[in-house]
Amino acid sequence: MKKGLTIAALLTVATVGLARAQQQTAKSKTDPYAELRRVPEKARDRANPLSDDPEAPIAGEKLFERHCMECHGRGALGTRKGPSLRATEVQEATPGTLFWLMTNGVVRHRMPVWSKLPEPQRWQIVSYLKSLGPASGARAEAQASNSSALLR
Amino acid sequence: MRSYILIRWIPVLLCTALCLLAPSHAPGQEAPYFVTYTHYLEEPDNLEVAANSTFATQRGGNRTLAYWSELEYGVTGWWTTEFYLDGQTTFHDSTVFTGFRWENRFRPLKREHWINPLLYVEFENVNGADKILKEVEGHDVETDFASSNAEGRSEQQRELELKLILSSSFKGWNVSENLLFVKNLSNEPWEFGYAWGISRPLALKASARKCSFCAENFVAGVEMYGGLGDRYRFGLQETSHYLAPVMAWNHPSGFTFRISPGFGLNDNSHRFLLRWGISREFAGFGSALRRLFGGRS
Repeated sequence: MKKGLTIAALLTVATVGLARAQQQTAKSKTDPYAELRRVPEKARDRANPLSDDPEAPIAGEKLFERHCMECHGRGALGTRKGPSLRATEVQEATPGTLFWLMTNGVVRHRMPVWSKLPEPQRWQIVSYLKSLGPASGARAEAQASNSSALLR
Repeated sequence: MRSYILIRWIPVLLCTALCLLAPSHAPGQEAPYFVTYTHYLEEPDNLEVAANSTFATQRGGNRTLAYWSELEYGVTGWWTTEFYLDGQTTFHDSTVFTGFRWENRFRPLKREHWINPLLYVEFENVNGADKILKEVEGHDVETDFASSNAEGRSEQQRELELKLILSSSFKGWNVSENLLFVKNLSNEPWEFGYAWGISRPLALKASARKCSFCAENFVAGVEMYGGLGDRYRFGLQETSHYLAPVMAWNHPSGFTFRISPGFGLNDNSHRFLLRWGISREFAGFGSALRRLFGGRS
């Protein structure tokens, strides 16, 4: 009897979790760049320690292709899974803002935390993103996508 | 022998099928541990397929080669679910399928903190011949593994396993501590265990060139794990403990290779363990599956 109850409880927890996860996905068709405005001020002001390193954007591109391109697309132009990072909002954000978002993720909206990458590698990705510059129509593309994630 | 073939070939067949179904791989940045968990979950929609083995020496018995297949799926950014199939070969005895496990890991906090907690719930249905040593709990000791496969298989274990995973990342180092609480559902007392690990990539900055053997692709560290007795006899008496250097190679192709020699720290422990494993992560598995069945990705 006890065994049955435990298994039933486990299954219930899993089912409720799955249902909630799907609800969140449905709810998440909001402004994909909203999270940029939630970054703490102190984090926004952090400077990129690799801003003078000419190799940082090149290494950043390699890392981006490995870890981020699946969702944010080639050249960071966005896909159905993740918004463009060439939008003005992202390109005008401070390096500290992008670093903070990458570190903390937007877990409730499917963007994982990337603190598993060492700090210098995260700054290299920031260098790469900042080197791209804005792309016209990126914002419209991002809003058209079903995703709510900012970064992945 | 059929069990061996089944468990060993499941990851290979799955990898082949997944390469066709979800061609984009996701090169992971995997931790090198075999036993210790960090607070990093599988990326949402991704599936990781892994095959791992543990070779163990045995005083007063035959050496064993245990193996397990893992399917790990990122359901959301805060929930990862994982399914295991276990088996083992005892030299001069036989090869047997030993059971399955289903685990779930939940991240309760939205943001990164100095210490990041994760909650872990697992249900396992294995028999007494299971020797993968994925965790050490209670009064698990080497002599428990000396029985024959026929004897071991007659003992069925249905267990609920809870873990509190605490993990921190600082200046490239990862430090993780796991506390383990296990309840055999057949009226046995709660048992306890622990695992901790520390690791660091060999280089913190990525090199600008594409390379397989760059230092940044390697992560090295050490982990330690053991039992802490049970509800009635809590402590280190009649428990086993292991110390194991660990190393992972995150290849840019999406494969991760891991290896770890482990050393028993007291007379209740196996003298030597050697673990190795290979895994590959497939991005967009969930979407590909939905597409396959006519749903929206």
